[in-house]
Amino acid sequence: MLRFIVRRLLQLIPILLGLSVLLFAWLRALPGGPAQAALGERATPEDIARYNELFGLDEPLVVQYLRFLGRAVRLDFGTSARTGRSVTTEFFERMPGTIELTLFAMVFAIGLGIPLGYLAARRHGSWVDSTSVIASLLGVAIPVFFLAYLLRLGFAVELGWLPGSGRQDVRMNATRITNFYVLDGLLTREWDAAWDAVKHLLLPAIALGTIPLAIIVRITRASVLDVVNEDYVRTANAKGLATATVRRRHIIRNALLPVSTTIGLQTGLLLSGAVLTESVFAFGGVGSAIYEAIGARDFAVLQGFILILAVVYVLVNLLVDISYGLLDPRVRVR
Amino acid sequence: MTAMGDVKRRRIDELAARAGAVPEGEGGVSLTRSAFRRLRRDPVAIIGAVIVITFLVVAAFAPFLAPRDPLAQTLLSEIRPGNIPGAREGFPLGVDNLGRDILSRLIWGSRQSLMIGVVSTVLGVVVGMAFGVLAGAFGGWVDTVVMRFIDIVLSIPSLLMAISISVLLGQNQYALMIAIAVTQVPIFARLLRGSMLAQRNSDYALAAQALGVKKSRIVFGHVLPNSLSPVIVQATLSLATAIIEAAALSFLGLGDPDLARPEWGAMLANAQAFLSIRPELAVYPALCIIVVALGFTLLGESLREALDPKFRR
Repeated sequence: MLRFIVRRLLQLIPILLGLSVLLFAWLRALPGGPAQAALGERATPEDIARYNELFGLDEPLVVQYLRFLGRAVRLDFGTSARTGRSVTTEFFERMPGTIELTLFAMVFAIGLGIPLGYLAARRHGSWVDSTSVIASLLGVAIPVFFLAYLLRLGFAVELGWLPGSGRQDVRMNATRITNFYVLDGLLTREWDAAWDAVKHLLLPAIALGTIPLAIIVRITRASVLDVVNEDYVRTANAKGLATATVRRRHIIRNALLPVSTTIGLQTGLLLSGAVLTESVFAFGGVGSAIYEAIGARDFAVLQGFILILAVVYVLVNLLVDISYGLLDPRVRVR
Repeated sequence: MTAMGDVKRRRIDELAARAGAVPEGEGGVSLTRSAFRRLRRDPVAIIGAVIVITFLVVAAFAPFLAPRDPLAQTLLSEIRPGNIPGAREGFPLGVDNLGRDILSRLIWGSRQSLMIGVVSTVLGVVVGMAFGVLAGAFGGWVDTVVMRFIDIVLSIPSLLMAISISVLLGQNQYALMIAIAVTQVPIFARLLRGSMLAQRNSDYALAAQALGVKKSRIVFGHVLPNSLSPVIVQATLSLATAIIEAAALSFLGLGDPDLARPEWGAMLANAQAFLSIRPELAVYPALCIIVVALGFTLLGESLREALDPKFRR
């Protein structure tokens, strides 16, 4: 197992290097190049020339790339043209919000998806089954931001049950420790602050969780249907095990293997930027930062955020791979 | 190669491995014909096909079907901040904030939206297949280099990838198509490569080799045609994704800035500002996107079942 993990870690190196080359090339290829990106759109030609000289942008590309790589390893991606603050600082301020949102969305998707998928497979061909299949197809076909708008319009604007934007009521004046607002509220025993943060998370989490929910329902259903017809299930039934035991020990346990990978992959995808959902709810996570950066043509932020998020995505996928090896001994053999 | 690559890659490879496996008990009937026969009996496939064909017809005959000019501004005297006239005689779905007939815009918009979907998917399929054939036909170091590159592209989440490309290429409809196509390339490349690798060692390919058939002929005449079915399935499903993704990019302000070309994604993005006054403005284009995406998905899923020997009966 250890060898397997080490080998997968080594395989990461070319991917990360390739990523850095791509994003370096991306910034160079932008109209105006990195100087414009750093100084913003209103920079004069003199400013740009001075900047190019100052940061060695007139040197050979290889030298520039190595320098970029050196800074990237130290997580230095320059400063935001819009706020003038360090890109990395902004990222780490924003990321906790996205992590909280992803957790809530995945709890929603898993908590609803696995039972629904299981039920659909158990009642294969019934109305429960067809409804869940149709719903899961719809869940993938609806543009996420449209669903987010509907939820916001219905539950926040019209009914007023839940807040429709932000991460916490500003009047809360809550104490910040980790920037995970719910966690902060619990740590400082400011229960109302924690509860308020939870309420802010509900609508975006439901919007964000729909696609993973739809996918989890489908995979669970398909996988349970596969497993039910396996020889070992027939054997277990034939030797007289109680139905509940067969279900728990043989069907569910095996059927959840492919589901667990799906969950991992989806988590990685959500973490890497719920750009659409976050911007509808002005959520203040990484996703809405990217949305704001697009609007402001803040290229330094875009480059830094996309690079860090891609690395996060790759790492989460690696974790999924490793955990799959732990869960299913068969894939470890070779 | 390691026994287990990245899970996401393995999922694509699994799909590829099933391609063109020899069906049992259907001797004499070609895969295409037997698949088509089963498609015609599958109600899901029929629903999907009807949806897709309807929208294609609407798009093709938009100039004849649209009751009005999609750009003409009417009823301007009634449009005030906080008031947009709803449905009425001559305007079955009402008008937008600039007084343009919604129904006509939806009908004309089907052209643009379907075109973005089709062009970007075709582009993605062609480029992806080129990489896939390169890797699958040559193997060896070409395979390694191509697939490493594909893995790097695959390691950027697709929406972020599309955003970076759109920002790079500027705002126009071609940039939009290219941005979406790029996110599809790695999927098709991997899919075709995997399915070609599975076919390359099949009996008929070995037989052809033993007979002294030229390598290029084996690849293009035997292996490639037999490796195509997962690509066809994925392309159908990708059409749905492409249309949704185009809407998402429009929403992020990276869509086609040419307001003279009505497009569902742009209509939906534009309607967001008037959601509390007239939510229908957003609902209609969203419904079009959902129904078309659903149509392609239904068609793709039933194609998958029809072409997959596992589901044959």
